[in-house]
Amino acid sequence: MESAVVVVVGADKPGIVAGISSKLAENNVNIVDISQTVLRGVFAMIMVVDLDTSNVSIGKLRGELQKRGKELGVEVLVFHGEVFKYMERI
Amino acid sequence: MKYTAEEITEVINMLTHEDLDIRSVTLSVNTLFALSDNPDRAYSKLLSLDGIFSRFSEVVDYVQDKLGVRIVTKRVSVSPVQYFLEAYPDVNHAIKLGGIMDDLALRSGIDYIGGFSGYADRGLSRGTYVLLESFSKTFNSTSRLSGMLNAASTQEGLNIDAVKLFTDQIMNMTPNASARVAIMANSPQDSPFVPSAHHGRGVPNSLINIAVSGPGVITGVIRRAKPSSFQELYELVKKASFKVTRLGELVGRTVSEELGVPMGSVDLSLAPSPTVGDSVAEIIESMGVLKVGSHGSITALALLMDAVKKGGSMATNLVGGLSSAFIPVSEDSIMATRMKQGYLEINDLVAMSVVCNSGIDMVGVSKKEPKDKVTALILDVLSIGLILGKILGVRIIPLDGNPGDEVDLGGILGKVVIAKLKQGEVTDFVSRSGFIPTPIKRLEYG
Repeated sequence: MESAVVVVVGADKPGIVAGISSKLAENNVNIVDISQTVLRGVFAMIMVVDLDTSNVSIGKLRGELQKRGKELGVEVLVFHGEVFKYMERI
Repeated sequence: MKYTAEEITEVINMLTHEDLDIRSVTLSVNTLFALSDNPDRAYSKLLSLDGIFSRFSEVVDYVQDKLGVRIVTKRVSVSPVQYFLEAYPDVNHAIKLGGIMDDLALRSGIDYIGGFSGYADRGLSRGTYVLLESFSKTFNSTSRLSGMLNAASTQEGLNIDAVKLFTDQIMNMTPNASARVAIMANSPQDSPFVPSAHHGRGVPNSLINIAVSGPGVITGVIRRAKPSSFQELYELVKKASFKVTRLGELVGRTVSEELGVPMGSVDLSLAPSPTVGDSVAEIIESMGVLKVGSHGSITALALLMDAVKKGGSMATNLVGGLSSAFIPVSEDSIMATRMKQGYLEINDLVAMSVVCNSGIDMVGVSKKEPKDKVTALILDVLSIGLILGKILGVRIIPLDGNPGDEVDLGGILGKVVIAKLKQGEVTDFVSRSGFIPTPIKRLEYG
């Protein structure tokens, strides 16, 4: 599976999870793992997503998610899963 | 594969807040197929590389986009131009070759092209002589070309005549030009680092070499963990270096696969940039030597160097380049500041060369200084390389002004501070010609 890690950080408000996950669904990207916390009003979400079924390249997906993030007032980071595999696993 | 939130946060933190990035991806290409005693033929053959360079540039952009990891520069290194000049030793030919290489880089979106280089450890061949004679004119008229003169090696000796010719040339260069030229001892053949990058002998036709940069990551772990023993400090640097190097290995393998070019080496090193939080000097200061240059700096640097090499060596199979911590003074905002404040003097840098591989790098020298002093300074560093069997280089920037003055070169080059050279006459010493014979260490090689 080709995966990506999506990180969303920003001031908490309703609709962030829905906004980001609907954009993923639009591009046929499946969420494999998701964890989310709100600490002192700061929203933080980490998602691991499956890129195998994606309709777009990871670069395009990153662009779209960041655009959606801007509308929601949050920061979105997207890195390829390999980066974590290489740096955290021997 | 499952990752914990801590693991994900750690990587994200390194990449976004601690300036972990890939300093350069370098395509090293054998250009000896273009050798000819007919200059026009050599030019047209070299120009045929246009397509390969553009394709390389596209692949690096693609990989950056795919992985989400910042790749700061794209570089190409070619076979030393010395060989082209052996076939047709003419200064104008050298200048034209330099211009063509520079144009090629510009057209294909390559940030630096290395290889305007030659070897003169024991003596000057006609090719290297012509190359040297063309140095100031070529570099003053280009913007992306880089090169080096290897004037010393433990295998061959130290060529004083070549160093003198080099000093003559460098003193006539603009600051931007001199920032793209180094003089070396024991130059590596597979360095992705400008200015010494070139395509060496005994390697395949093309290779991908990687240079990583993550001093902020090391500073970050030390500051957070506050280690109480030296073993603990060593362990922290080692672990963080593994992760930094590992990112280089991933990027290298991905580019290599996409481009169909074998993976060369990953340079196990930390390179600074003038950005805040991207300083090697800051690592030393985070260890508790609060102003780099103070006593203890060399121990801190030695510990750092060794731990970086040990941690990094497990992260990649092919180690290359000038594996170490780079301390180019102007490119490291804290090094530059400490130099200006007087904590760091030129002899500290010479002393650091003993435990480090960068030598005297990106240091300003007043154009009013006598050439003999500059030559002697270069000789000091190259001699350390000669005797210890180390890779070392000198990259000085001649500037109008006085010691302590600062000139901003902009971008990654940063602010160059003019160093105060030592007082005292050296003309008699330097006026001798010839070379210094091979050291006793040479006998160990057989």
